[in-house]
Amino acid sequence: MVSGYIIYKAIMVVLIFLIGLGIAAYSTYAERKVAAFLQDRLGPNKAGPYGLLQPIADGVKMFMKEEIIPDVSNKFLFILGPCIAMLTACMTGVVIPWSTPITIDGVSYPLQITDINIGILYVFGVVSIGVYGIMIGGWASNNKFSLLGALRASAQMISYEIAMGLSIIALVMMTGTISLGEIAAQQAGGNWNIIYQPLGFLIFITCAFAECNRTPFDLPECETELVGGYHTEYSSMKLGFYLFAEYVNMFISSAIISTLYFGGYNMPFIGRFVTDPNMLSILGVVFLFGKIFFFIFFFMWIRWTIPRFRYDQLMHLGWKIFIPLSILNIILTGAGILFFNR
Amino acid sequence: MTLYIFYFLSFLAVLSAFMVVYSKNPVHSVLYLIVTFFAIAGHYILLNAQFLAAVHVIVYAGAIMVLFLYVIMMLNLNQETEPHKSNYLKLAATVAGGIFMIVLIGSLKGVEKIENLNAANQSAGLIKNLGQVLYRDYMLPFEMASILFLAAMVGAVMLGKNELK
Repeated sequence: MVSGYIIYKAIMVVLIFLIGLGIAAYSTYAERKVAAFLQDRLGPNKAGPYGLLQPIADGVKMFMKEEIIPDVSNKFLFILGPCIAMLTACMTGVVIPWSTPITIDGVSYPLQITDINIGILYVFGVVSIGVYGIMIGGWASNNKFSLLGALRASAQMISYEIAMGLSIIALVMMTGTISLGEIAAQQAGGNWNIIYQPLGFLIFITCAFAECNRTPFDLPECETELVGGYHTEYSSMKLGFYLFAEYVNMFISSAIISTLYFGGYNMPFIGRFVTDPNMLSILGVVFLFGKIFFFIFFFMWIRWTIPRFRYDQLMHLGWKIFIPLSILNIILTGAGILFFNR
Repeated sequence: MTLYIFYFLSFLAVLSAFMVVYSKNPVHSVLYLIVTFFAIAGHYILLNAQFLAAVHVIVYAGAIMVLFLYVIMMLNLNQETEPHKSNYLKLAATVAGGIFMIVLIGSLKGVEKIENLNAANQSAGLIKNLGQVLYRDYMLPFEMASILFLAAMVGAVMLGKNELK
């Protein structure tokens, strides 16, 4: 039984890792298609039908390119940078509840790799380490533009992590748990947290944009000012890792947003049509991925709609608007809990 | 198993702490300090204090060290530009450090008493128990500590302001 348990967990880990990478790869394709759609162009359409093989072509291109490590940079740290970026991007997936447990031959298999008791804090810990990938890479490049990109990234991440943490505190106050599995289970039957926490959701999703370095917050790699930002000196697959980590992060943030605020694997009224628990569980995965794809699209939609902020505007928004707003949200939530005695 | 992990983490913590001091490059020092913090977080997990471990990683490794790294990268410290302190200050620093070490060693004296209290309680470090202890049993010290932090924050803002009218 113990070995079976380990094999099952190993399968889950590998599966989620592969799904994460697959979705990230096709997000690059989707991003270009969405951009093309929003700008009234065609987008990639040469590799395979509708350009569906484009991510593979891009991957091969990345691997085949010459690797350049600048002569003066610290070699070890230069390689460590993209490794950390990729590692932390892949680490957060283990706490996300993908669906309710599946029962096969009387044995229940939870579709969540681990429901550790610090739940959401684990995600925060990993996200806060993620910035080192950019900082170390940017510094080890020994390039002014890279260094500026790294400095911007660190200041931006720190500023927005605070507001993000505070918006989560309001959510935790309401749900009374920090385990992602329990938070998802509580939202059964259309009882989604977005109804009770609209302000918190707004703060959270904005901070998620900032944490993923997505436009309008992609100041660390702003090409009009900094050439390529922190990855100016990177080439070949090390550059690929940085770009890829961004898409994996986007996938994971979409999953976390869906789990925290949009009911996770729950869909109202589905219990009336399907009663078999295993079927419900599989449908739960489908619904969760539907929500995730919507948020990935939302990320892209915003990217091609809103122009980049100026750096002082970014700091102003983070410190003077979002942090007071999230504190206000905590007070309102506390008052609401007292008043309605939920 | 736990014992081996403990030895490994302790070795890592001590080694990287030494490297913090002996590294020539300040950025490397900070990176070694981050490794030290991770080793200490691992110790917390061995002690069943997951919440403490998570907060340790988020606050120290994830926020404070990022700020350290930020400042060091921005100032671009290296040997030539490093300001050399006078011998006077070095002596004072050595004395202060020595006194601090005596305090730390002194605190080891009461260790035997603490051990029996917590050995059986596996869930002592979980967020629920921690919250109840902090907000019920130690309410006053906890609030005092937060007021002290607030005072420190206000002080930092006042010092950081350029012009006072």
